[in-house]
Amino acid sequence: MMLGWLFASPPERRLLPGGRFSGPTPFVIAIMTFVILIVTAAGLALANAAAVVRSGIEHRYTVQLPPGAPLAAALARARAVPGVRDVEAVPETEMRRTLEQWLGPAGAAGDLPVPALLTLDLAPGADAAAIGRRIAQQVPGARFLAHGEALGPLLRSLGALKWLALGLVALMTIATSAAVVLAARGALDTHRATIEIMHGIGATDLQVTRLFQRKIALDALTGSISGGAAAALVLVLLGGGAAVAELAGRPPLGSRDLLLLALLPFVIAGLATWVARTAVLAALRRSP
Amino acid sequence: MEKPSSIVEFDSVGLRYGTGAEVLRDLDFRLGRGNFYFLTGPSGAGKTSLLKLLYLAQRPTRGRIRLFGEELSEAPRDALPAFRRRIGVVFQDFRLVRHLSAFDNVALPLRIAGRSEAEIEGPVREMLAWVGLSDRAGARPPTLSGGEQQRVAIARAVISQPELLVADEPTGNVDAEMAQRLLHLFTALNRLGTTVLVATHDLGLIGATPGAQLVRLEQGALVDPTGALRNPPVRP
Repeated sequence: MMLGWLFASPPERRLLPGGRFSGPTPFVIAIMTFVILIVTAAGLALANAAAVVRSGIEHRYTVQLPPGAPLAAALARARAVPGVRDVEAVPETEMRRTLEQWLGPAGAAGDLPVPALLTLDLAPGADAAAIGRRIAQQVPGARFLAHGEALGPLLRSLGALKWLALGLVALMTIATSAAVVLAARGALDTHRATIEIMHGIGATDLQVTRLFQRKIALDALTGSISGGAAAALVLVLLGGGAAVAELAGRPPLGSRDLLLLALLPFVIAGLATWVARTAVLAALRRSP
Repeated sequence: MEKPSSIVEFDSVGLRYGTGAEVLRDLDFRLGRGNFYFLTGPSGAGKTSLLKLLYLAQRPTRGRIRLFGEELSEAPRDALPAFRRRIGVVFQDFRLVRHLSAFDNVALPLRIAGRSEAEIEGPVREMLAWVGLSDRAGARPPTLSGGEQQRVAIARAVISQPELLVADEPTGNVDAEMAQRLLHLFTALNRLGTTVLVATHDLGLIGATPGAQLVRLEQGALVDPTGALRNPPVRP
């Protein structure tokens, strides 16, 4: 059985005294898992939000008409340009409502000039630059603006935050591994006499390693599940994704993301066990 | 395949710790399979170092060691446990696992060899009875006297009926009566085919074991005036 080593016999358990949870390992792994899960959830939510925003503006452009240009004629000409899938005039009331949010009641005042705007949706694969030039010919003085340009800084920030989250997860994983290596070496030092006796009467390095591997695996599993449960509770109770949901217009985490988050504690426990096994074997092979 | 007549062969073996002087030098001897040996010599002569080479806790810094017909001086680390399981060792300082009971200490070699608990229970109880510790099976070493610990250590060394038994002052902490009983245990094992090497200062023990041969060390070198240790007589 692949996980048979996790279930040691009572005599094997007696060889390494000191019950589980006696050392700091489960607590360290619980804290690391908690942080890794929160950061991973934040990173995934940001990545999802960025994808939603990007897909919403990818083919969307604005045409700002020069003062005095006839809106209806400009609308008709723009609609006739090949590659333009849909054109809508932005109502002046909507623009004034938007301005009011930024400028207060003065923004809605009728004496504040607002430009006439058209919103264009281009067909996928359409040449935006050529369409821009064509519209400039059809409506002299019109400015052709990509929504992506306006929201570029936001998307770049979201992208940077996503990579930052990934970097933090990597750093936390390295820190967890380092903590496990220290715990494994500490356990080896504590049980040095027992190990020497076992070696002296014919125990292999793998037999000795299995004892430590099992103990650290159980500690890691306990720590990672506790940390994972705490992270899940925090994410649910505090509604950490609410702001992102508002930005993206949908739940910040999909079912795949939730599955990944649910599996992470087990991945961390597995990684900790592998690191412990490698550290113990390496230390034993350095001994005489 | 026929087993070689020598269970241990040392050829020009030397040992030094770190950069210090050689503690063992130019050791050339063979231990005949099934024989009984006493290793003697003054304190500091290198007896314990020689035993360490024999039970594979130390590698020689020069020369060649063959155990059970296999060259082991430079054998890979992974190959050694299988040979260690064929050697029983009684350490001068007992080296019992302090947090295990006497029973578990004696059972340890069998468990390491992969025996089932059903196979272990009987022989361990029998062995503890033999060394007079039936009623102390559940006791941990710190609660045992020096003599009792010594007997647990001996029981652990012989429980798997090793081909080679190496004992460092095995009767140093027991009374004369127990020393005799232990010696009888060693000779009984020897009659069953185990090669026994006992390091001791106890001349009485040597005198009480007819047929045993002496291996004498002085200042790290072997005293072998007759050459019997280089070419041991084959036991009929």
